[in-house]
Amino acid sequence: MTALLATAGGALASVDQDYLLQARQMQALSLAVHIPLVCFGIAFPAMVLFCEWRYLRTGDTLFRVLARRWSKVMLALFAVGVVTGTILSFEFGLLWPAFMANFANVFGLGFTLEGFSFFIEAIFIGIYVYGWDRLPPRLHFLSGIPVAIAGVTGSLFVISVNGWMNHPGGFTLQEGRAVNEHPWSALFGNSFFWHEFAHMYFAGYIVAGFLVAGAYAWAFLRGRWGRYERTALTVALSAAAIAAPLQVVIGDWAAREVASAQPTKLAALEGLGQTTQGAPEHLLGWYNGHDVVYGIEIPRLLSLLAFHDPNATVQGLNAVPISDQPPVNVVRFSFQTMVGIGTLLALIGVVYLYIRLRHRRLPGSPWFYRAVVLAGPLSVIALWAGWTTTEVGRQPWIIYHVMRTTDAVTEARGIPVGYGTLIVVYLALAAGVAWLLRRFSRVPLEGDQDGYRDG
Amino acid sequence: MAIGMAEIPMAFILAGLAAYTVLAGADFGAGLWTLLAGGGPASRAKIRDHARHAMGPVWEANHVWLIFVLVVCWTAYPVVFGSIMSTLAIPVFLAAVGIILRGASYALRGQLEAARGQHPIENVFALSSILTPFALGTVVGAIASGRVPVGNAAGDPVTSWLNPTSVVIGGLAVATGGYLAAVYLAADAHRLGERTLEVDFRARALGSGLCAGGLALAALAVVRSDAAALFHGLTSDGGIAAVGVSAAAGLTTLFLVWRRRFGPARASAALAVAAIVAGWALAQRPRVLPGLTIDQAAASRSSLLATIIAVACGAILLVPSLLLLFRLVLRGHLDPAAAPGATVPAAPHAPRKRQTHLLAAFAAATFLVGTGATVLADAGWARALGVICLFACALSTFALVTAEPDPSREAMPPRNRG
Repeated sequence: MTALLATAGGALASVDQDYLLQARQMQALSLAVHIPLVCFGIAFPAMVLFCEWRYLRTGDTLFRVLARRWSKVMLALFAVGVVTGTILSFEFGLLWPAFMANFANVFGLGFTLEGFSFFIEAIFIGIYVYGWDRLPPRLHFLSGIPVAIAGVTGSLFVISVNGWMNHPGGFTLQEGRAVNEHPWSALFGNSFFWHEFAHMYFAGYIVAGFLVAGAYAWAFLRGRWGRYERTALTVALSAAAIAAPLQVVIGDWAAREVASAQPTKLAALEGLGQTTQGAPEHLLGWYNGHDVVYGIEIPRLLSLLAFHDPNATVQGLNAVPISDQPPVNVVRFSFQTMVGIGTLLALIGVVYLYIRLRHRRLPGSPWFYRAVVLAGPLSVIALWAGWTTTEVGRQPWIIYHVMRTTDAVTEARGIPVGYGTLIVVYLALAAGVAWLLRRFSRVPLEGDQDGYRDG
Repeated sequence: MAIGMAEIPMAFILAGLAAYTVLAGADFGAGLWTLLAGGGPASRAKIRDHARHAMGPVWEANHVWLIFVLVVCWTAYPVVFGSIMSTLAIPVFLAAVGIILRGASYALRGQLEAARGQHPIENVFALSSILTPFALGTVVGAIASGRVPVGNAAGDPVTSWLNPTSVVIGGLAVATGGYLAAVYLAADAHRLGERTLEVDFRARALGSGLCAGGLALAALAVVRSDAAALFHGLTSDGGIAAVGVSAAAGLTTLFLVWRRRFGPARASAALAVAAIVAGWALAQRPRVLPGLTIDQAAASRSSLLATIIAVACGAILLVPSLLLLFRLVLRGHLDPAAAPGATVPAAPHAPRKRQTHLLAAFAAATFLVGTGATVLADAGWARALGVICLFACALSTFALVTAEPDPSREAMPPRNRG
């Protein structure tokens, strides 16, 4: 009985590839919509609480105004995150029922724990945002702390599942199904999960920080530059500017974990066709099925980066049959996009930190502020590209070397209709959120009369 | 029948489902009332504002019960989850779209106070508040009437959820939501001292209570002809007891609302709805899907144990938090009109002199150690130390950077430079 689903899947395993691609795109679209909101869930509560703490410590009401205004944005983004996150959990079953039926007993625990994080976040965000002026100040500040913690633990538990999908363990495979599972060690004893989490944690501060700072950089360019804008920009941009250079170090760690656990993914990231000793790194270019053409070659750099040895042997794509290879150019282009943008963001961060610490002021050049305005959307693109790298790089497997994505997809018809509907709904949602944020920025400051604008 | 380990997660699912039906059901019902705002003594706008404000601090938390139900289901009974979601893809997708539209329109509506364009958004909110519980109700009807076979999309994609039982349960889900919402909103109006709103929602509570009760009886008749096994379960042993409790609690609620005893009415209304969920479970026990009992559907012992431990530990955090939230809400501490006075801004005093040099040295040292250990070390503990150092570096640098700047050095924006 329990293997019924698996056999039903096996009998009809040759799913139309277009169909599979649509299911994957539908999942990817929903993730792309949700992930920037996760960044705000990780980073924004901490930024809001920092402002409120600063107000409580110094009595400077400017920080209270700032925390209060940001907390309203935080709640609106959380609400949108709640619904887009719900869609994701629906889609696990709607699109990948065989994956859920045969393996959710191993990784489901991660989502159960995430569910509780989500609960705590939802409860205390309600208390925090509706509690301004109604709770005693210290208690109000304390009520925000669970929001910040749960935002981080929630993403931690979800990423533990992704870590397991990339580096599965803790179960026995029997007739295409997981048995004898050990959920705790499968999820949290997994060496592949910590770098993913650290990478996402820093990404949260980069994306949320640059997006928020971008709004105030825009204000600078439009000539609004009171103490309120300067302070808001300082808090948000500092978070992003510190996280961006450190992300380079975390990213190096992540790449080396991929090199040792998922050599095929690494070969796809770099477009390495043949197993090579002293493998070179290519910037830009195109993978033609054997090699990267039209790229800039840097000899031995890949071996050095991946294994800290310029003569190390790096496994090429030819080590596995073509049916086990991911779409190389998609993965490679995404990876290079992420690295390219990440480097740029790190550079903006270093410039900012240098001026701020060395000269004890904010940068003065409008070009710097133009770069910050641009950095927000760019950081979202880097985030998408990073997740594309790791998720498409895992293909054709939904669970690395255990289950193929083809075997996981639903037999139900109508995915194109669902996909089309979802695109329309998300476009409307994006328009709505954009309009909402614009409106937030137009609400006059409660503290205007105190002269924050002139400061 | 003793409760085995395989049944404990199902008990969690049912508790979550009952909580979702009662709490989120009331939020859906509030959406229904924004659509049917006219006709009573209170003005249309006032009804809508009241319905919207009442769910402000709680709707996200209420919604999470659905997530809880889903995750426990797929962890403990993965085959059941895969079968349900693939056969019932259409109503589940409709519910999903309803949830997006509803959440988004609620977030938008909250910022719209007097802006133009609020009517379309208001209507999207109200209509999605009907679509979502209806679609979820048809899912329940499909499972309860045994129309979801085990397998990847093995059931009929349309008749599995468009059938008499599903439709009547979908309708019942919408009606009970409206009934719960009316009772709760009447209670809120009573607490706020809004007399006209109270009278208005009291009438709505009585009317919708009668509607929901009538629909429940009609549902029994439909189930009798459409799903004989379910009807047999509902009219024997535990099933009939739960149905009886629901009916008694429903009548008690009507009486309490009539007498304007809104506090106890909240509880008995919730009991009436939760008893329906219990009755369904008892009627179907131990069968989950056709030919699949709960023991056959359950994951292995270690997964069940992990789920139980996770939920038990989670409950230790969750229950006090939920109690705090509901206490604050029910006592009016989070009401929009609550008096301020908690905040008397202290006079700003100068920020303390910081030991900036020490902090800078610390940041630099943690940066060097962190980068070195993360990039160069191969041992797990050394890398962990490296990452911890990087976090410490980030924190100390943040403290340095966000210290109050020197205002005399600030740059002027381009437009002010003249």
